[in-house]
Amino acid sequence: MVNYKLDKTIKPSLIYLALTVGLIAALAFSLGMGAMEIPVKDVLLILVKKTGLIAKQELSPQYITVINIVRLPRVVLGVLVGAGLGISGAAVQGIFRNPLAEPGLIGISAGASLMAVAIIALEIGLLSGLSNLLGYYLLAFGAFAGAGVAAMLVYQIARTDGRPNVATMLLAGIAINALAGALTGLITYLANEQQLRNITFWMLGSLGGATWETVTALLPFVLVPVLVLPFMGKALNAFALGEAQADHLGLNINRVKRNVVILATMAVGASVAVSGIIGFVGLLVPHTIRLFIGVDNKYVLPASALLGALILTLADMIARTVISPVELPIGVITALLGTPLFLYILIKDKKKLLQ
Amino acid sequence: MLRVENITYEVNKRTLVRNLSFSMQCGEVVAVLGANGAGKSTLIKMLSREKETSEGNIILNGKSISKYGSAELALKRAVMSQHNVVNIDFKVHEIVMMGRYPHYQNNPSESDKNIVRRTMEVCGVTDLEDRSILTLSGGEQQRVQLARVLAQVWDCPGALLLMDEPVAGMDLQYQQQTLAIVTAMARRGFMVITVLHDINLAAQYADRILLLKNGRKWNDGTPAEVLNTKNIYNIFSIAAEVSSHKQTLRPYILPRDVAVDVLCFDPAGK
Repeated sequence: MVNYKLDKTIKPSLIYLALTVGLIAALAFSLGMGAMEIPVKDVLLILVKKTGLIAKQELSPQYITVINIVRLPRVVLGVLVGAGLGISGAAVQGIFRNPLAEPGLIGISAGASLMAVAIIALEIGLLSGLSNLLGYYLLAFGAFAGAGVAAMLVYQIARTDGRPNVATMLLAGIAINALAGALTGLITYLANEQQLRNITFWMLGSLGGATWETVTALLPFVLVPVLVLPFMGKALNAFALGEAQADHLGLNINRVKRNVVILATMAVGASVAVSGIIGFVGLLVPHTIRLFIGVDNKYVLPASALLGALILTLADMIARTVISPVELPIGVITALLGTPLFLYILIKDKKKLLQ
Repeated sequence: MLRVENITYEVNKRTLVRNLSFSMQCGEVVAVLGANGAGKSTLIKMLSREKETSEGNIILNGKSISKYGSAELALKRAVMSQHNVVNIDFKVHEIVMMGRYPHYQNNPSESDKNIVRRTMEVCGVTDLEDRSILTLSGGEQQRVQLARVLAQVWDCPGALLLMDEPVAGMDLQYQQQTLAIVTAMARRGFMVITVLHDINLAAQYADRILLLKNGRKWNDGTPAEVLNTKNIYNIFSIAAEVSSHKQTLRPYILPRDVAVDVLCFDPAGK
């Protein structure tokens, strides 16, 4: 009774604050870095000027153009993709009652990439007449559809007696991943040299295709999950007790599962469509958050969105600048940074994780 | 009040529970006894609405349980399951607070927190409140789950408490304590139905005992009425001496040794 603390309000809010400050700082630095170095002070002035708070300020028009047209859409895209991947990872781990699960595991990413690769490879016949923008939309929509189909397929296979069974769902996810991977491999044989380079680059992930159109297209697909999923924190916590126990607590567990699958598909599928497969973010971000604020999904979900955005902003900054003017695929960066950290967590907590 | 009318549960053409009827009042503790596979867990699952009855009705407080909304039912009955496996690093107090989830939207009220404190104290897990559930022994985890289940309906008098082998994995002290706790809940006006394997624990605490055999009701009555050598042999195929406790006048049961032919253990396997 003495040191009883049900109130955990201080620590999560501190984490939110730290993550937000970190994100803003990372954004300012990321906007300044690149082929043309722009001082952070000028970056901030340009951003403040956009809000209309200060009217008169002499700034280099070149800086303004580079920020507005080139860098701002790219970092905003990074924030959206990172937030979407981070929060989807946390939610899917909650549904599976397993901290090792991630959206890639139930076939969402593989389904998305299969469709996208198919579209790139069939481009010769289909898209030669279409403009670049339409082709891009087709790619985006195809990847999202592939993600949705894969997720629904896994979900339907896993349904037994009207209830999705998590163990079956994981196994079905493995099968779908293998199938999608094999088909993707087959399709690459149909592709020519230029397409192969596109496919490879795209499969390793890149934010290079960012424009304001891309951002506008992705925005609703990320915004809805990021705003809705945090309200499912209690439900996802109850899932940790077991499906029957969650049911006894008055939850409609089938509806919770369906909603999480749909929302995660939205965010991950659309993110894969615009930026390719960026691995490890959905797995690593929620883990890192749990190390700091515990496992309560009420806090883990929003914090995962913030940390996902922060990590992707930093990773993209590194991808753009480290061997400039050539760009590294961002998926290479996240995997290079993520794997050692993940292995460290795995070794440290392996008993907990694999129970 | 709970009224169970002729319920049957069939799955894959096998009947697990057949034509079972009984009723109970608030304040009663009913123990369900039977051999393995007699349908005890299936009965609890039908009563908790985890499984739908193939035939028959379950009427809780004048309304069929199939007519309750999920959230509404969560305020009228709580369930302690047989198997509780948590593999995520929740703290004990977080697990117990989950029992209050049906009662609040975003943030627990003062009264929710008070109830959590109270049930943790009652179940003897207050000292463990900041420990991770993963670090607790099986029996300790069961006590945490009990605290969560009690918290769910603590302030809903008249609610139904369903327990499927609640004392599995608990030591002697907490076996007794758990039954004492649920009996006290019954005295506060709750209805308690508990599956038990320990026939003496049932004799000690239950107001009524429901004996199941092959999915049917074999007998239903007070421990003194139901627990006799003949019934015990019929249910468990075990010869037992039944005596009466000198102070409580409740029956207690002493099973006889079972003789096993030592030749069956011949390592040559002949």
